[in-house]
Amino acid sequence: MPIKSYLAHPHKGKKEYLIQALSAIDECEVLPAENVEVIILVTETDTRQEEADLKEKLEAIPSLKLLAMVSGFDTPKN
Amino acid sequence: MYRSLYTNRRSFIKKMAVLSAMTAAAGMFPGIVFAEEQERGIPTDANLDWKKAPCRFCGVGCGVLVGTENGRAVAVKGDPKSPVNKGLCCVKGYHSIMALYGKDRLTKPLVKKNGTYVETSMEEALDLVASKMKETIADHGKDAVSIYGSGQWTIPDGYVASKLFKGCIGTNNVEANARLCMATAVTGFLTSFGLDEPMGCYEDIDHANTFVLWGNNMAEMHPVLFSRLLDQRLRRGAKIIDFATRTTRTSMAADKSILFNPQTDLAVANAICHEIVNNGWVNTEFVKEHCNFSKGLTQMGYGLEDHYKFTDKPESITFEDYKAFLADYAPEKVARLAGVSVKDIKYLAAHFGDPNKKVMSLWCMGMNQHSRGTWINNLVYNIHLLTGKISSPGNSPFSLTGQPSACGTVREVGTLTHKLPHGVVMNKEHREFAAKIWGVPVENIPAKPTYHTVEMFRALDRGDIRFMWIQVTNPMVTMPKLKRYRDGAKKEGRFIVVSDIYPTPTTDIADVILPSAMWIEREGLYGNSERRTQYFEQMLEPPGEAMSDTWQLVEVAKRLGYEKQFHYGRESHIEEIYNEYRKHHEGKKHNMAPLEVLKSQPGALWPYVDGKSTKWRFNAKYDPACSNGKDFHFYGKKDGKAVIWQRPYEPAAEEPDSEYPFWLGTGRVVEHWHTGSMTRRIPVLHQAMPHSYVELNPGDAKRMQIRTGDKVRLTTRRGKIVLPASVNERGVPAPMQVFVPFFDENMLINDITLDSFCPISKEPDYKKCAVKVEKA
Ligand code: SF4
Repeated sequence: MPIKSYLAHPHKGKKEYLIQALSAIDECEVLPAENVEVIILVTETDTRQEEADLKEKLEAIPSLKLLAMVSGFDTPKN
Repeated sequence: MYRSLYTNRRSFIKKMAVLSAMTAAAGMFPGIVFAEEQERGIPTDANLDWKKAPCRFCGVGCGVLVGTENGRAVAVKGDPKSPVNKGLCCVKGYHSIMALYGKDRLTKPLVKKNGTYVETSMEEALDLVASKMKETIADHGKDAVSIYGSGQWTIPDGYVASKLFKGCIGTNNVEANARLCMATAVTGFLTSFGLDEPMGCYEDIDHANTFVLWGNNMAEMHPVLFSRLLDQRLRRGAKIIDFATRTTRTSMAADKSILFNPQTDLAVANAICHEIVNNGWVNTEFVKEHCNFSKGLTQMGYGLEDHYKFTDKPESITFEDYKAFLADYAPEKVARLAGVSVKDIKYLAAHFGDPNKKVMSLWCMGMNQHSRGTWINNLVYNIHLLTGKISSPGNSPFSLTGQPSACGTVREVGTLTHKLPHGVVMNKEHREFAAKIWGVPVENIPAKPTYHTVEMFRALDRGDIRFMWIQVTNPMVTMPKLKRYRDGAKKEGRFIVVSDIYPTPTTDIADVILPSAMWIEREGLYGNSERRTQYFEQMLEPPGEAMSDTWQLVEVAKRLGYEKQFHYGRESHIEEIYNEYRKHHEGKKHNMAPLEVLKSQPGALWPYVDGKSTKWRFNAKYDPACSNGKDFHFYGKKDGKAVIWQRPYEPAAEEPDSEYPFWLGTGRVVEHWHTGSMTRRIPVLHQAMPHSYVELNPGDAKRMQIRTGDKVRLTTRRGKIVLPASVNERGVPAPMQVFVPFFDENMLINDITLDSFCPISKEPDYKKCAVKVEKA
């Protein structure tokens, strides 16, 4: 199932909140930029349901302004 | 062992994903720094075969890199070399590869026999299509056959369709679904400037101080461009103003959201001009040198009746006449009608009026699907012309497209009834020019346009058209007042051919279904919103007998006896067709880049002159076609001047009344591409947005005791539909308005919409009709 990477833009002044919120989700890994208000987010899910649930969780994060996708890898287990 | 291999591969891929994001971030934020330990251990290569292509989905035209492995597309990343998206890509872009692999892909031609579809070979199916065309022409005349294509047609698809129908068969029955989305942008450009397509390019985003979005939900519909706007805000403090009829994700992300009553954008745009003129913000020198003033006919009607015809009669006026006309549009007079405060109108005007601000206007369906769409396009150009904020970096009225090649194929190749690749059928010289390149007698090309899209489906219903070939589009979901056209298409004595990749409500009405090769299963070219032509090679084998739309048309053309005009080789046909097509656009005003250039880089902007893309047309600094010795040259018009139009506010064709008291507007959602025929087959997107709904204003919902999920009945003069309610979820309509997405073939909202259209562009107004709303 897919591995995707995004640039996540926080609402103004909310970068730390966004890092915390994203880090708390199992399927997410975050790499914040040091000097710009932007965070690299990599997501990894195993099932369709997980992917759908993750989408909902991400959409519910109040400090997240915009997720700009960069890449997606469709990686079947076999 | 298996587990460890799997783990290694997954972690390797994860690192690839991080690398792509870092590359994109570096492109967007030069000097961006990530912690050192994060950058360590990132691989620089993967064992995938990466090839470039423009994205299959929207008109932004992002450059993507598609990773294939063992003959299957498995990965997508934004192309960091593409100036369009600088390495970004949206969820739809990524899922475009998944759309290749839906379980019910059409792989064999199907022919309807005694009410059921029977598999057949491609050879036989194409024979049948050709013989039916011959028979129809013999029995009913050449204007009884037609083709209806799409802004998702590649450039070669549209080109061979136009050549076959207009040049060889000799009928102007060629239309495309871009009539439903971009025709107004075309007539807007033609009336104001004499030439189609934006003067600027996406690079304007990097220079503008203010972005005014006119009824354009960019956050959902053009997400990658919208993130470029947000970056500019972050970096330079640029302002985003959302001017719309409904609160959306775009409004929430904007610096200011201003709501207006449907149709009154006409009045507000004139009020902005009123402020510009009366506050001394007119760029007098620019207007004197480069603009004329005109007015046209008013009270044009709405095209609701069959055989409706309208031709505008432009008349020159003076600046003083125009000024007198604007007196009716003082903000104080407009505020009530528009539901916009005087302060907000002045706020908007001040952004345009400030000589130190560069302003970009962006719009899409909100202004185009409008019964006075050409007018509102003209009015926005007026604002930019009066202030001289046009054709220079950051000053740019910019009409965005929805489909990947609405510009490249429909507008540039000219797959509309009145168009030729260069010019229009009504012009003798243009016909002669096309006929020469096509190798056909000029008499073949009729001098009169026949049917625009709505009228074409009316003609099918009436029986004036007997044969229709539909490629890459789904009109049995998208036509307004759909029931009439569905019933018409099913009548006895009609023969419908549909080329597509999945079954849809349109294949349901077909007599022959031809399986098409999709996107990178074939070679092709698209043209995006900013005049960028992009090439993609064939990366995958199409499934079963699926064949490109181009080659289907070539095969049928040969069967009809046009071997000479369709002599292309199977392996080389795309190159041959593109080279032939380029001849139509030779010259400094529209030259297309050579194929080798397009193969080597992520596209080029036409006019491509002396090895260079033209970023800002009509500006002598950037555009080699300017020849009047001045700073600007609007060479689309004979006198080299753009036109400032006097266009009034007029109401919509159908407005709320006591019986149908709400406005109904329709549109798209981020998860689904148009009618969802591809995206509904992608589980994560389907699950995220499984069906349509009706958005209500929370105040209205409370009064009517409707909660999210409750069933709501919508009734218009065309019929009824029941949909689940959505209250305070994604979008929030203004009071007494409802919004319904149109992607769901099981909840066909177009059964109840109205087929009124802009009399100049003939593009339907999907955003406005009157509806009764009840709890079901
Ligand atoms: S914004 Fe449009 S062109 Fe770009 S990736 Fe998304 S769907 Fe494709």
